[in-house]
Amino acid sequence: MNKFVSTVGSRIPLVDAPEKVTGSGVYIEDMKFPHTLFVRMVRSTISHGKVLAVDLTEAEKVSGFVSSLVPGELGTGTRFGVLPISEDETALPAPRVLYSGAIVAAVACETEEAAREAALRVRVEYEELPAILRPKDALKKTEDPLHEGTVNGTNIHKEVDQEFGNVDGAFASAAHVIEKDCIFDGINHGFTEPIGCIAVPEPNERMSVYSATQVPHYLHRALAKVLDEPMHKIRIYKPLVGGGFGGKSDPFPHEMVAALLARKTSRPARVIFDRDEVFLNNHGRHPTEYSLKLAADVDGNLLGLDSRSLIDGGAWGSFGVVTTYYNGILAQGPYRMPTVRYGGRRVYTNKPACGAMRGHGAVNARFNLETALDELAEQLDMDPFNLRFQNALPPNSTTRNHLRITTTGFVECLEKTRARSGWSKKFRQLPSGEGIGLGCGFYISGSALPIHRTKTPQSTVHVKIDGDGGVTIHSMAADIGQGSDTVLAQCVAEAMGVSMKRCRVFAKDTDTAPLDLGSYSSRVTFMAGNAALEAGQNILKKLQAACARLTGLPAGGFCRGPEETYLHKSDATVSVSFMDALTEALANNGALIAKGIYRAPKLGGAFKGSGAGLSPSYSYQAFVAQVSVDEETGHIRVKHVWAAHDCGMALNRTAVEGQIEGSVHMGLGQALTEQMLFTSGGQLINPNLLDYKILSPLDTPYIEAIVVESCDPEGPMGAKECGEGALAPIIPAVANAVYDAVGIRLTEVPMTPERVLKALEKKKKLEARRANS
Amino acid sequence: MSSPKRILRLRVNGHLKEVLARDASTLLDVLRDSFGLSGTKRGCDLGTCGCCAVQVDGEPLLSCLTLAAEVEGKEIRTIEGLSGTERFAPLQECWANAGASQCGFCSPGFLMTADALLRENAQPTREEIQEALAGNLCRCTGYVKIIQAVQDCAKISAKEGIRE
Repeated sequence: MNKFVSTVGSRIPLVDAPEKVTGSGVYIEDMKFPHTLFVRMVRSTISHGKVLAVDLTEAEKVSGFVSSLVPGELGTGTRFGVLPISEDETALPAPRVLYSGAIVAAVACETEEAAREAALRVRVEYEELPAILRPKDALKKTEDPLHEGTVNGTNIHKEVDQEFGNVDGAFASAAHVIEKDCIFDGINHGFTEPIGCIAVPEPNERMSVYSATQVPHYLHRALAKVLDEPMHKIRIYKPLVGGGFGGKSDPFPHEMVAALLARKTSRPARVIFDRDEVFLNNHGRHPTEYSLKLAADVDGNLLGLDSRSLIDGGAWGSFGVVTTYYNGILAQGPYRMPTVRYGGRRVYTNKPACGAMRGHGAVNARFNLETALDELAEQLDMDPFNLRFQNALPPNSTTRNHLRITTTGFVECLEKTRARSGWSKKFRQLPSGEGIGLGCGFYISGSALPIHRTKTPQSTVHVKIDGDGGVTIHSMAADIGQGSDTVLAQCVAEAMGVSMKRCRVFAKDTDTAPLDLGSYSSRVTFMAGNAALEAGQNILKKLQAACARLTGLPAGGFCRGPEETYLHKSDATVSVSFMDALTEALANNGALIAKGIYRAPKLGGAFKGSGAGLSPSYSYQAFVAQVSVDEETGHIRVKHVWAAHDCGMALNRTAVEGQIEGSVHMGLGQALTEQMLFTSGGQLINPNLLDYKILSPLDTPYIEAIVVESCDPEGPMGAKECGEGALAPIIPAVANAVYDAVGIRLTEVPMTPERVLKALEKKKKLEARRANS
Repeated sequence: MSSPKRILRLRVNGHLKEVLARDASTLLDVLRDSFGLSGTKRGCDLGTCGCCAVQVDGEPLLSCLTLAAEVEGKEIRTIEGLSGTERFAPLQECWANAGASQCGFCSPGFLMTADALLRENAQPTREEIQEALAGNLCRCTGYVKIIQAVQDCAKISAKEGIRE
């Protein structure tokens, strides 16, 4: 009993669960400020054109109309964007409108009702221009590209060409070559809380912007640029956020519009989107055409990967440069790939912009690779598991494209999923119409390279303790439901050897929190968690010094004991309680304060684009899906999912399982039902949750999360990411299971009943032709 | 343009209150704006997500598709009334412990729907839970922990039943 009891690996309710289950938690729509103006957007009815005039005459007649924002006003044409290398968004058209549904102007009124009416009455005059809607048209040279800085006078936003090793030689010597051309529709994050923000003018010419954002810091930077004010004049406040998944990780035009209107009127300006506006804002997963060739020798050793992507970026850059790299770089793990070639093109089109979404850049490419491996295994007459075992990336190695691999739990993921799913008794043995399939994955645990190349740490955490004994943690890591506040509290409590119940996390206000880059690229547990751990350790040192003063024994001899005590290593009878140590530490000193920081180690090679995909660690997955396919209706029913994910160490088992289960659910939506559909003119057809179909409790199979631990050498208490990597593998697992069930190889995602029927029809025709010949 | 306003007498969480509302006002708007009960969430305003579910005479109902004027004289219960005078109802405790809330935005609607199920069917099967919750969307959890929370709560009430 004389030992410190660690919470690592236990089941810990989220620190903010009480406010979430009682409805008392405050989200952006719940925030109210006196004298607020309600802002509604006027949205474009054309896909591409110039705004010639905005006529407010009828809008101004609405009772309660106060103000408006139209193109040409100060700040509305200032370029911003999450990546400094492609800042191409503006609050309002400057002067071009780039997609149907884009914000063209805004009105601010005394009531929501008046604002809706006024927005309807605004008349916009356009000079319509030809719209570019198909990615292949965007590859062509044009005199009038959608943005400055495109590649060679085309509408290509970013092109990436990488080659490692002798790819052509590898393919020439290969015994097996598999080719896969696949098409992926665009999808939306589908978080339940619509986007919103409230900009509130403050005394001393400051501005507070309350926003449902997962990247307060990047919003802070963008607002400073658009408002043309120093950052200290602006404060970002993040309330509870109702889901993000990457969809709240860009600074957005509506945030700029609210801030500009607040400044113009000196009143709080409130924007809460309707659901269709969430879809029009988008920044979701890119529609992609992906082609891949995979070479293997006669024994099934992989020799080379040659892939190309055509990525439909929509109207703006967003995270697209990163997306373009990730589509190649992250497709190679978790396998040894001796030679690699990748050519990626992301293009601008006149549709809502695409950006980062859970599993960013690694999802669509993964489908090609994992379904190609399934075909290869069949050609080799080899079990798909054995093919993966044979080619698994070894620990403590470097990939062909210079990614550093430390520990890996991939083999254990494979072993556990194979055993738990009963694979060896099911694969190729289930009755017709029933099938089982494997899909694996590999994902970054935080981007090692910060978006802005400064020397500032990527995460800083402050801890303050005063005489009340409460531990206050300040951070700007953004909890968007994934539980980052809980991780921070756990890391600090663990380092100090106190109960988590003492901890309170304030991770919402840039006025009080130290800088953190925010919640994207699965970085928070690894980076902010490490910073929190260090902050806690620094507090512990102060408490150890106090123990030394109280006992006359050396400070270094004190370690964490049970029930919030500090014990002496050589004399276990010497015990100092946390409160006694704290009281001594505070004497003549005042509140204890400490900080911790995290900066990623220097990684990677010296070539163009070498920074992309670098991470201090990587996660690994092996998933199995069991499905039934109705050959009459084309309907795929996923019956059970076994999902093994290597998360380093599970700090909080409940939270880790929740991330895996949620990722699988989202991946199943992309696999089966979710797609953003457009008219030939570029209008979004299904911007609502009836026609954009997210799987309901009734449609979702039982997802068995299998937690695999590999104890990461650099992660906080061995932990690494679990929030994103677990999405991609399920989509190819379903496709491979469909092949096992009915013998069709689907190459279009989502795998809708229409597409299944089309493939079944094609298969029947082929079989008939074979029978006849 | 706007429908006329009139006084509605609504009983919410056991308290009767008079509020001024338009004939066209939804129950969701009246709960959030006139009663200050912001626990009921607006996810879509089209009846597709279930975030706004409340109970009316014990039945789960989407407050975004219900006119406030339709529910005069009925018992309306929102997430704020779920635990009565206690801090948490057993279902809320099970919810928190199971990890059934991640971002939490869908939780009030799910909790009100699940509570209505458990009142009608104290020991639902997994399929019955899935069916009862089919109108609620969660983008975070994959529903595994949500269904587990409902099952945990049913187990607790079964044990308590035996004790009685």
